[in-house]
Amino acid sequence: MNVSLILIILLIGAFATYFVGDKLASKVALFFSLAALGCSLVLLSHFNAGENISLINAWITQPKISFALNADGLAIAMLLLTVALTPIIIFSSFGNEYKNAKGFYALILFMAFAMTGTFLAADGLLYYIFWELSLIPIYFIALIWGNGDAEERRKAVVKFFIYTLAGSLFMLVAFIYLYQKAGSFLIEDLYKLNLSPTEQLWIFLAFFLAYAIKIPIIPFHTWQANVYQKAPTVGTMLLSGIMLKMGLYSVIRWQLPIAPLAAKEYMNIFIALGIAGVIYGSIVALRQKDLKKLLAYSSLAHVGLIAAGTYTLTLDGLRGAVLQMIAHGFVVVGLFYAAEIIFRRFETRKISELGGIRIQSPKFTSMFLILVLASVALPSTFNFVGEFTVLYSLSQINVWFAVLGGTTIILGAYYMLKMFQNVMLGDANSKTFADVSVNEGISLVVIIAVLIFFGFYPKPITDLITPSLETILNVINKN
Amino acid sequence: MNTLIAITGLGIFCLLFEILNLRKAIVPFTIVGLLGVLALNFYEFGSTGSYYNNMIEVSKFSTAFSSLFIVLTIFLVALSHNFYENHQTKISDFIAIKVFLLAGGVAMVSFGNLAMFFLGIEILSIALYILAASDRLNLKSNEAGMKYFLMGSFASGIILFGICLIYGAMGSFDVVEIHESSLSAELPIWFPIGMVLVVIGMLFKVAAVPFHFWAPDVYEGSPALTTALMSTLAKVIAIATLYKLVSALNLIPSLENQDLLGTFEIIVVIVSMASMTVGNIMALRQVNVKRMLAFSGISHAGFMLMTLLSVATSAGVLLYYTAAYALAGIAAFSVILYVCKNQDNEDITNFHGLGKTNPLLAAILTGSLLSMAGIPIFSGFFAKLFLFNQTIQGGYIALVIVAVINSIISVGYYFKLILAMYSKEPNEVRTGKPFLIYAVAIISIVLNIALGLFPSLVLDLLK
Repeated sequence: MNVSLILIILLIGAFATYFVGDKLASKVALFFSLAALGCSLVLLSHFNAGENISLINAWITQPKISFALNADGLAIAMLLLTVALTPIIIFSSFGNEYKNAKGFYALILFMAFAMTGTFLAADGLLYYIFWELSLIPIYFIALIWGNGDAEERRKAVVKFFIYTLAGSLFMLVAFIYLYQKAGSFLIEDLYKLNLSPTEQLWIFLAFFLAYAIKIPIIPFHTWQANVYQKAPTVGTMLLSGIMLKMGLYSVIRWQLPIAPLAAKEYMNIFIALGIAGVIYGSIVALRQKDLKKLLAYSSLAHVGLIAAGTYTLTLDGLRGAVLQMIAHGFVVVGLFYAAEIIFRRFETRKISELGGIRIQSPKFTSMFLILVLASVALPSTFNFVGEFTVLYSLSQINVWFAVLGGTTIILGAYYMLKMFQNVMLGDANSKTFADVSVNEGISLVVIIAVLIFFGFYPKPITDLITPSLETILNVINKN
Repeated sequence: MNTLIAITGLGIFCLLFEILNLRKAIVPFTIVGLLGVLALNFYEFGSTGSYYNNMIEVSKFSTAFSSLFIVLTIFLVALSHNFYENHQTKISDFIAIKVFLLAGGVAMVSFGNLAMFFLGIEILSIALYILAASDRLNLKSNEAGMKYFLMGSFASGIILFGICLIYGAMGSFDVVEIHESSLSAELPIWFPIGMVLVVIGMLFKVAAVPFHFWAPDVYEGSPALTTALMSTLAKVIAIATLYKLVSALNLIPSLENQDLLGTFEIIVVIVSMASMTVGNIMALRQVNVKRMLAFSGISHAGFMLMTLLSVATSAGVLLYYTAAYALAGIAAFSVILYVCKNQDNEDITNFHGLGKTNPLLAAILTGSLLSMAGIPIFSGFFAKLFLFNQTIQGGYIALVIVAVINSIISVGYYFKLILAMYSKEPNEVRTGKPFLIYAVAIISIVLNIALGLFPSLVLDLLK
């Protein structure tokens, strides 16, 4: 039994969903995503029992490309994030009616397939293929099922596509260059390379372009807010919950170990860029009038901090970054879902037109409050664990980094609570707001349960990821 | 050799069908005949030999490329059935010309003598001139045919002049002899000049910048099926022949003079960069889909020219690239033929809302465009990957960077068409599901994806 099983389930699921037709599509998609989740948990138990669940097969002889999937703790943690969020995302869309639903749900599963592949791939080229492949479904999801003016949406989506493709093509050139040196695309062979500092710098920058656009790190973030706003909420969740993490994960998995000298040499610059994103995102979020855009910028701020954490090259930094990736994945999906629930009832996302929801729907308000508090890293939530580990690692590099990075918590608390106040509190709104339905409740409760459980007890995840992060750090510090 | 004879025989049969009044059977018969030829060709694969005093030289290279040409011709003949519905009386001529064109192509990739090479070019070109002007009551088609003929004859003349100079320098038309004497003797200046003239003529046929000016007008004016043929089959034949010419004459090693070698490489790099860039930038502004694909073809020619820089090892890469490109082109053109049937132009507006009215064909067109843009799992991606790999190995990293930037630009216009299909409202509903068009579109895109999943199948053929 190995991890290719998950990929097979998701791929078959995508086709099955397309062929069962519009009526059943959503349920079939949910079934397959849950099956993938179940199998992943089984695989996790096998992994914990010490079994080898990786896979390596020859694929193309010349140039030598293998179908290699590597499941270490880090990859499994990201795999679990993907397969846990996918059913939640699919389930959260049950309240909406989509035209051509079979295409929609098939694309979601296909995207989950591609993202899972990205996290698992242990061959540079295979990884690149999955990385690019994940771009196609989100492009169509945002384009066809998005909201807002069609012309603006088109512009935003095409910009997003060309931007990300441009970044990743340079990564492809870097991979080909590495192949010339190593004679193989396999990650372990690439780890063994001894490149000169100049080569490392160029390769580091080529990777950085791809990842900085995907994450996004300032100044490559300009596609983000528009796409988040224009995409359907499901698309936004996929983008912010999982797809961003592809970039952050790749920094840890590919960029840092392959070009460690460059990473060490220019560490401060990249940490500073991450922190600039924190401050910029927070300040811009303060002034947003659209709920989804506000969340988009808050997400920019949080991932900036995560990126800064990865570039510290310390175990704490990497560990905190991974924890925060997972926590942020859940919380951001929850928040966007809450925004969607509000939109279903009020048909608007303008913060100024909302308000007075608390009086009509106390249950929803309390759940929303928990999500908001988790997002600002209140102690006892999962995000607190991640964010504070990252800040601690930053303070070891330079106290000022930690101080500036810490503004995410202060500013975050300010704009999130202000948003909460405007959206939820205040006099009763003229429109009626029905309290959350059972379906909506289930998704939110699951998310909140995850956030709080791991907030008190992050040990399972820490234990899972620490050995593989240590291995990566060894590669980084080998010379 | 047998392949060439069989193809010519098939062409003559096609002409006979007109006399025997069996027009209805001609498309199925030709397809079956070509499949037979393909089988024969596969059977011959691996055997090498030279015939008629080395006029024809059969090698792995020639058989592999001939197979590709035959497959493409099968698709094009299958598409003819619907395309010439309203010209029933001419159908056997058109199909016979396509088969003869194929014979010319096969001759071109298996020449062993420059005389044969020129014969092949002329057979191919004359067939193309006729096909370009084949919509004889349409002014644009006439213009396209005339333009192509005038420009093409110039190119043929230049090639012929080049061949004469080579003969003058070497005293032979035979490729092997030319190669041998080019290694031993002091090279007369005529030889490099002749080679340059021949290469220029071939670059014209390939439509590489700066010899590309005919392409957009001819592509736009010609009947859509002829455009499909030119942008897939004819282009692939031309680039394969150019490759064969450069490698068979051992142009690069024969240029022992380092200056000449360097000059040749610089010329290839510049032509390749210029083709990609000009083709892509011009394509961005087009609203006519045929014209857009013409420019896209120019930029792909630039990519394919990169193989000339590492001629000793890149035959497999070229075969893979041409196969990926041509299969995507066939899939795209079969959808274009369906959508633009009974329309007087091929503007992008015709494609509005195709994603809603005909999701299958829209998906196929999307797939083929993604393949041309180089998005993975489609074979176009692997084609670019292998090409870049080869070129970086040769040390031309700047050229690869330019190629990458061009790949990004190309997304702009490929996606214009995809956007039109999925985000605009449909303007009219088309009825009817012509079986052959669907079959060709589906089979070619499936082959394209299969090549992407198992690239070694084609890539390792020419080892």
